[in-house]
Formats: sequence, structure tokens, C-alpha cells
Amino acid sequence: MEQKTKINAEEGKQELVITRQFDLPLELLFKAYVTPEIVEQWMGTKVLKLENKRHGSYQFETTDPKGNKHGFNGVIHEFVANQKITRTFEMENTPFAVWLEYLEFEKITENTSKLRMHIVYKSVELRDQMLQLPFAQGINMAHQRLEEIVSKLK
Amino acid sequence: MNLRRDVFQAIADPTRRAILMLVAAQSMTAGLIASNFDTARPTVSKHLQILTECELLKQEQNGREIYYHINAKKMKEVADFIEPFRQMWDDRFNKLEDIMKDYLPNK
Repeated sequence: MEQKTKINAEEGKQELVITRQFDLPLELLFKAYVTPEIVEQWMGTKVLKLENKRHGSYQFETTDPKGNKHGFNGVIHEFVANQKITRTFEMENTPFAVWLEYLEFEKITENTSKLRMHIVYKSVELRDQMLQLPFAQGINMAHQRLEEIVSKLK
Repeated sequence: MNLRRDVFQAIADPTRRAILMLVAAQSMTAGLIASNFDTARPTVSKHLQILTECELLKQEQNGREIYYHINAKKMKEVADFIEPFRQMWDDRFNKLEDIMKDYLPNK
């Protein structure tokens, strides 16, 4: 099966590009990014604030399985409906430096559209670290499951 | 003489995977890493030695302390470590697509 979501992360660069084609008209794809209740559903986060305008800002909050709250926020630098959003992204209370996201929305046909997400990090190291996070979380989860199984055997 | 360490062997151990997970989030000293485990400190040191020998971890001197950090290049050899990242976004976007299909006219 062809992968609908593609990641381009070149060796030694502090940026990466995520591209995805959607079986959705451009307007609906864009709506998913600007409507708080919809963002909450697909991002799996609470939307505390989302000002869709130039110099607006946003604030998200997720709760992990242990009940810890994690905050994310950023400032919107460019906002052109159905075309682009340029924003910063900050993971609160982490050592990770703020990064810059360029989101470009494009119509392919009446019923299909494309998103290009270009992320620029402070350093190559930070980019590689962010790429590793889900991998690390994956092995962490596997580890926790193993611990649960082992503790049941005791 | 030490047997040549194999990266796959290295990550087969749950404690070593947990160490990689910790260090992936933040560079740490051996002491700080050990404080996250109930295992005896020499055991953790042994794990760190193995992970360093197979180059999954790199040591960096910072003043009097030695910090361990992830060697991203080597991690790529272990598995396609970008895949979980891609999968995470793919899952999100699939969800987005599903949700928005309800908003399509005539459906």
C-alpha cells in the first residue's frame, strides 16, 4: 500500500517536511485546522485558545495516560485562509527549543487536497531528537507492558 | 577479549531499551540514569558500557561529568526510527480525514 503520509528528513539538516494527500476538498482540510472542536478530535488535545489570524496565538493541552498535563503553545505569523499558516510551536516545560512550522494547503482536484508541513528546528540535534520521540515512546510503552506482564507473574 | 557487541542484542534487553528511552529525551549522567532504576548501579553501568560499545550511546565530557546521549546515526541502523514518527502523523491525518468526511455535502 502506498504511504499517504511522507516524511522527508535529510541527514544533517535541521528541518523536515511532512506531506500528505487527503481525499477531502481543500476547504474541509483547512477547516480541520482552524475549528477548535475539530482540532481537539484529530490531534487528541484540548484546545484552550486558537486565534486564527496574523499575530494570533494558540494554546493546546494534552493529558497523558498517567494524568500528567502537557502544554503546547505558539504564535501565528501568517494566516491566509485555504492557503497557509506559519506558526511557532513550543512544548512547555521541556528543554526543547521552539520551532517554526510552515503549513501549506493546496487544492489538487475538487475532492482532493494536499498539505505540506515544513518544520525548522533550532539545531540538527533537536530535529533528530524530535524524530526519535515517538520511537522512544514506543519502546517505553513496550517496556511498560512488559513490566505489567512480569508483575502479574510475581 | 570482549565479544563484538551487536546492536540488536543491545536493544533486546528491556532495561537497555528503557535507558535509550530516557536518554532520547535528554542527555544524562550515569548517576541520573541509574537513579531511574531499582537495579544496582554497577548493573546499570554495565548496560551503559554495552550501549556505548555498540555506539547507540555517545559519551560527552562536560566539566567533571560525563553525559550520555543518543547516537542518532546508529539508531537509524537499529530500525527505521523515523517510521514511528511517520506513523504518528499518519494516524493523526487519517483521523482528520475520517472526521472531515462527515462534513462532505450529500453524505
